[in-house]
Amino acid sequence: MSRPTSRALPRGVPAGLAGVLALAAAWEAYKALLPDDGWVLGDTRILPRTTDVAMPHLWDMVARAAEPLTSAADAEPLWLATLRGAGSTLGVAAVGWLTGVTVGLLVAVLMARFLPARAGLLPWVVLSQTVPLIAIAPLVKRWGSRLEIGALDWQDWMSVAVIASYLAFFPVAVGALRGFTSPDHASTDVHLELFRAYGVGWWATFWRLRVPASVPFLLPALRLAAANAVVGTVVAEVSTGLRGGLGRMIVEFGASASADPAKQWSPIAGAALVGLAATGVVALLGAGLRRYQTGEEAR
Amino acid sequence: MHRKYVLTAVTGAVALALTGCGGASAGTPESDSDLIPVTLQLQWVAQAQFAGYYAAVDQGYYEDEGLDVTIQEAGTDTVPIDVLASGDADYAISWVPKVLGSIEQGTQVTNVAQVFERSGTMQIAFKDSGIVEPADLAGKKVGSWGYGNEWELFAGMQEAGVDTSSDIELVQQAFDMNGFLAGDIDAAQAMTYNEYAQVLETENPETGKLYQPEDLNVIDWNDHGTAMLQDAVWADSARLAEDPAYEETTVAFLKASLKGWVYVRDHPEEAATIVTAAGSTLGASHQLWQANEVNKLIWPSTSGIGLMNADQWEQTVAIAMGTKNETGATVITSEPPESAYTTEYVEQATAELVEAGVDVMGAQYEPLEVKLEAGGS
Repeated sequence: MSRPTSRALPRGVPAGLAGVLALAAAWEAYKALLPDDGWVLGDTRILPRTTDVAMPHLWDMVARAAEPLTSAADAEPLWLATLRGAGSTLGVAAVGWLTGVTVGLLVAVLMARFLPARAGLLPWVVLSQTVPLIAIAPLVKRWGSRLEIGALDWQDWMSVAVIASYLAFFPVAVGALRGFTSPDHASTDVHLELFRAYGVGWWATFWRLRVPASVPFLLPALRLAAANAVVGTVVAEVSTGLRGGLGRMIVEFGASASADPAKQWSPIAGAALVGLAATGVVALLGAGLRRYQTGEEAR
Repeated sequence: MHRKYVLTAVTGAVALALTGCGGASAGTPESDSDLIPVTLQLQWVAQAQFAGYYAAVDQGYYEDEGLDVTIQEAGTDTVPIDVLASGDADYAISWVPKVLGSIEQGTQVTNVAQVFERSGTMQIAFKDSGIVEPADLAGKKVGSWGYGNEWELFAGMQEAGVDTSSDIELVQQAFDMNGFLAGDIDAAQAMTYNEYAQVLETENPETGKLYQPEDLNVIDWNDHGTAMLQDAVWADSARLAEDPAYEETTVAFLKASLKGWVYVRDHPEEAATIVTAAGSTLGASHQLWQANEVNKLIWPSTSGIGLMNADQWEQTVAIAMGTKNETGATVITSEPPESAYTTEYVEQATAELVEAGVDVMGAQYEPLEVKLEAGGS
C-alpha cells in the first residue's frame, strides 16, 4: 500500500542519472551524426546546426567551466561564479515561490468559500497568466522602486521575486481550488454527507475534510509552482537586468556566444540545477504529506 | 526549511543593500554626508560603452561636485527614457532616435549632452560577398536588430536606391554573430565596439586563426551620410523648467561625467579595468577594445565634448522623419519641440572644465591599437 518513504528518493537517483547520461549521449550523438549545417528542407531549417559554435562539445563546456570567468587577475572560476549565481537565483525563486503559494492558497480559499468569488475571480486568475512577462516586468520594477513600507527599502531582487510569484500562484490557486472542492464532486464520497449530518460548520469541514482532501491536487501544483518560480526568476532577471543571478549571466555571456560559445552553457546548466533543487525541496514536502495521499491514490 | 529561505532572502537583501543597488533618489538625505543623491539609468549593463560614468565614480569626480551617483544598469526590457520620465532616475543614457519617438508621444525629456558625436553602427560582410557599398545590399540577406536600431541601415539603403521592401531579404539578427558566421546573414549589423570585435575574436575555421579585419568589408554609416546620434545624456524637461536645484545638479553631473570621459580618453587601459571592476564580465581585450572604440566616437571633438552639433541633430531628425522601416513606419512624423535638446548646461559644464585646465577637445587624440584575443579574453 504505502511504500517506505526512505526508499523513494534513492530509487529515483539512478534513474535521474541515467536520464542525464542519455541526454548527454544524445547531444554528442546528434553532433557526431548530423552534418554541420543541420537539416535544411527547401529554405526551412528543420534541425539545428551542429557546429562547435552552435553546439559546443560537452567536454568543452566542462573545460570552460573550470577556467576563470574573465581574464582579470582575481577572477573566480566559471563554475564557482555559476554556483554563486545559482544560489542567488534559487534564493529569489524561493521567496517568489513562498509568496506565490501563499497568495494562491488564499485565493483558492476565497473561491472555495464564496461561490460568487469563484465566478468573479477564476476568469481573472486565468487571464492573469496571459499577460506577457516582458510587459509586466518593467512595471513591477518601477512600482517596486516607489514603495516604501516602513523601514523596508524595496530592493530590485524583490521585484524579481514578485514576478516569480506571479507565475507561481497560478497553479496553486487552480490546484488548491480543485482540491478543496473535490469532496463536492465525489458522488461516492460520503464524507461531506457525514459532516453535514453532524452539523459541522464550514471552517471545521474545511480544515478536517477539504484541506486533507486537497493534498493530492496540491502537490503537483506546488511542483509546477516551483518550476514556474525558477523560470519566472530567470526571465525577470534577464528582463530587469538584476545582478547576481543566472539570468544576468545568460544575458552577458550571450555577447560572447560566437567567440566563446561554451561559456554561456554554464549558467544554462546552473538553471537546470536550480530547477532540480527546487523540485527536490517540493518532493521532500510531498514525502512529509504522504499519509494524506494514500486514500486518494487509488482514484 | 522556511527559516533557510528567509535567511537566504535576508542575506540577499543585506548584500544588495551593501552594494548600493537602491532605487531612485527621492531626495532622502544621507545620514553621514551632504552629497546630493543622483541616479543615472544606463541603456545596458556595465561595459566600456559607459566607461566615462564609471570612471567619474571611481576617480571621485562626482563626489568633488557634491554628488553621490548611483548607476542603474538596464535589462533587456528596460526603456531608459521611461525610467527617467517616471522619476525613477535623474538622468538617462539613450540613443537620440530612440528618444525622438518618445518625445513625439509626449514624454518630457531633454538631451542635455550629446556625448557620442559619431555613430558606432556599421554593416559588415565577408570579403567574398562583394558587398562594399550600401547599394550592394540589394538582393542580399541583410541582418537587422530592429527595435529602433535599424534606422541608419534603412536610411543608408534608401539613399543608395535600394528598395528596402522588395530588394533585400531582411533577417532578424540576434545579439550574437552566429547568424553572420554561419552564413544566414550576408551583411550583419555590428557596433564597432561590440559585435565587430566579437567576429574578430572568433576563430576562422579556414585558417585556424582569428578572423582579421582584412577578411571583412565594413559599411560605416558615418561615411554615407546616414549616421544618427547615439549615446546622449537625457534629463527631465519639467524639472529643468521649474527646479533650479536640478539645473545646478545637471551642470555638476555633466561636468563630472565629461571629466570621466576625458579620463577614459587619456587612460583607456585603466578605464577598461575600472569597468571590469564595476562588474562587467567582458573579457579584458574586448573591454579595452570597447573603451578604445568608444573613445573614437567622441574624440577628437568638433565643438567640445557633449556639445550638440546642430547639423548632426538636423541630420538625425531628417532621417527620423523621412526614413521608413520594413513596416512602413517612421520614427517621428513632425519636427521635435525646441525642448528636445539644449546646450545650456553642457556649455556651462565644459566652460568650468576648461577653466580648470581640462582639454575638452582632444584635438591631439590618438587611438590605441588594441589586439583582440580569442574569445575576447
